Amino acid sequence: MADISASDAGLLKTSDGRPLKSALATAQQRSKRRAFLLVLPLLAFVIITFIVPIGQLMHQAIYNDGFSANMPRTTAWFAETPPGTVPDDAAWEALALDLKDAAAARSVGVVGTRVNYEMSGTRSLFTSTARRADDFAPPYRDALLAANEKWDDPNLWGTMRQVSDAYSANFFLAALDMTRDVNGDIVAMPEDRQIYVNLFVKTFLLAALITFTCFVLGFPIAHLLATLPMKWSNLLMILVLLPFWTSLLVRTTSWMVLLQQQGVVNNTLVAAGVIGDESRLQMIYNQTGTIIAMTHILLPFMILPLYSVMRPIPPSYVRAARSLGATSWTAFRRVYLPQTLPGVGAGSLLVFILAVGYYITPALVGGASGQLISNLIAFHMQDSLNWSLASALAALLLGAVLVLYWIYDRLVGIDNLKLG
Amino acid sequence: MALPVYASPLERIWHYTRLVICALIFLFLIAPILIIIPLSFNAEPYFTFTEKMLAFDPSGYSLRWYDLLLTQPSIPNDVPRDAAWWGQVWTESAWVRAAKNSVLIGFFSTVVATVLGTIAALGLSRPEMPYRRLIMAILISPMIVPIIITATGLFFFYSSPCALIGWTGLEPYCGRLTSSYTGVVLAHATLGIPFVIITVTATLIGFDQSLNRAAASLGAPPTTTFFKVTMPLILPGVISGALFAFVTSFDEVVVVLFVAAHDQQTIPRQMWNGIREQISPAILSVATILVVISIGMLATLEILRRRSERLRGVTPM
Repeated sequence: MADISASDAGLLKTSDGRPLKSALATAQQRSKRRAFLLVLPLLAFVIITFIVPIGQLMHQAIYNDGFSANMPRTTAWFAETPPGTVPDDAAWEALALDLKDAAAARSVGVVGTRVNYEMSGTRSLFTSTARRADDFAPPYRDALLAANEKWDDPNLWGTMRQVSDAYSANFFLAALDMTRDVNGDIVAMPEDRQIYVNLFVKTFLLAALITFTCFVLGFPIAHLLATLPMKWSNLLMILVLLPFWTSLLVRTTSWMVLLQQQGVVNNTLVAAGVIGDESRLQMIYNQTGTIIAMTHILLPFMILPLYSVMRPIPPSYVRAARSLGATSWTAFRRVYLPQTLPGVGAGSLLVFILAVGYYITPALVGGASGQLISNLIAFHMQDSLNWSLASALAALLLGAVLVLYWIYDRLVGIDNLKLG
Repeated sequence: MALPVYASPLERIWHYTRLVICALIFLFLIAPILIIIPLSFNAEPYFTFTEKMLAFDPSGYSLRWYDLLLTQPSIPNDVPRDAAWWGQVWTESAWVRAAKNSVLIGFFSTVVATVLGTIAALGLSRPEMPYRRLIMAILISPMIVPIIITATGLFFFYSSPCALIGWTGLEPYCGRLTSSYTGVVLAHATLGIPFVIITVTATLIGFDQSLNRAAASLGAPPTTTFFKVTMPLILPGVISGALFAFVTSFDEVVVVLFVAAHDQQTIPRQMWNGIREQISPAILSVATILVVISIGMLATLEILRRRSERLRGVTPM
């Protein structure tokens, strides 16, 4: 065969006289293009409605024009002068005129907020000065200092210089509990303001704990389902699939109802005399509530991959091990368990990925101690309105999730994702 | 599963212990869902079984919370229930409006996700598909990326959808997608797409490509081949993908929270309000209705699965 293809390849022709090799290449190219064209509409759709918005979110994490867009003259002065320049008359004039314009355009709050992110307590400085901006007259330095002494602070000017560049890594620094000092060097936040790194660590620990409880609860169930006759396991599978198909909010609500202080579980325990009426357990609106509800919600994501790996394992392997003298524990540990590892990996990774980014359940049943990083992103989006910080936190979370997703694809393969 | 005859007494004990443990885990899985059903018929505004309920006294049970769903926020409850009253319920009741929104948004996002997803799955399952792994990873990613990130990104994107093509000068004509049905439908379609891709490609794995070639060799154009040969065979996968996509939309709250306005209030959004503010047993009656719906969906899926197994000649063991 090899000889023929080597010597005659150039001679083989299709019926219309073209060399076979190039005809084949053209045909393959065409079928490749056809396959790609089928996927293209969806790919374009997902890129526009999903990838682009997330790209915009990432951009928001490093870009904030709150200062530069509303203070054009001051921004220009910062751009022209090297860092550390003592503000001259031109600088004071630019600042005063910008403040006047910003006050008229009602955007001074945005400017103050932007500076305030880097140097707390400055927002009111901007808004209170802007209220008097109409009366500013040269010399502007005296006018501004008359409005507020703090304008003379070189640190304030250093901070303004930093924020005059709309592109900034400062929000990422803030998301990692770091900040810049007056010289622009990166330093750690004061101890009492370090929250984000701890929250990331807590989120990952809780996700790991939830993954572990899901594994402990899911393994026996998957094993039972995989070893029962098909007729029975299909029936019992419904008990796994029904929670999977039930609304997340419904499941979260049920746990709130069950675990409340006046709820079914506490009432049953009191009625059974296990606990006294005064010492009802606080099981919801704290970390415990988050763990219980999330374990329940994510358990099917552990059971289904485990089951699909365990089902094809022939029971004869364990029987062979037993016949060779292994105890049932040894046979399970040395023969059965290693074969289930792909399922364990797939299920654990999936549960962990989903748990790390969970929002709804912690928001509803987590109380103060059960909040995860997603909840803080939502807080900065909806309440504190520090969108750039929210975006930076989201970018870090997304990075972590994408690494896990990549590992999942490597180890398990996305094709092997199964849903019921 | 049956205990082997050579099992030692210790193994016997362990065998039964294990069954008990499994039963308890099943209870953990299913009890929270089933327990809200009787509680939703509570005559009292409590979230626990009253003594009357435990004694099966009919006066302990009532439909008042289901009634509340119809009359919220301000429909009179003490008037005769004639056609006019029902008309008012249909247009004014907050929950009925939320249900209409949910069905509408769910329907359109399912159509978009299923049509695009099925066509793409056909391409993805061809062996000659280039960059298959990468494209698959992109298409599945909406399921993996934390929902809060998706919602935040969409919030920025929808605020000015044409910001990226600002150079064309089209931006002022683009408007916004926030507070619009279109925005929610597009977002929900994106979230449903991974499920359609997964279920349809799974069905296509067992699909014999030579059937397509046979149809083509008999002179059928590609569209005829698709509708007469491919479609009937992959239909169970398509339907279960569509069901997944619909449920995803029907259950989604975070994107609605971020990009929708009062007009696009859906059932989960309405529940979210109810749970966050003052949780009332009315939430349990909604939850019960939703559980009944998901039992229906599950039954549909199970029937589909059995049908496709029968068609393929795979008999359940």
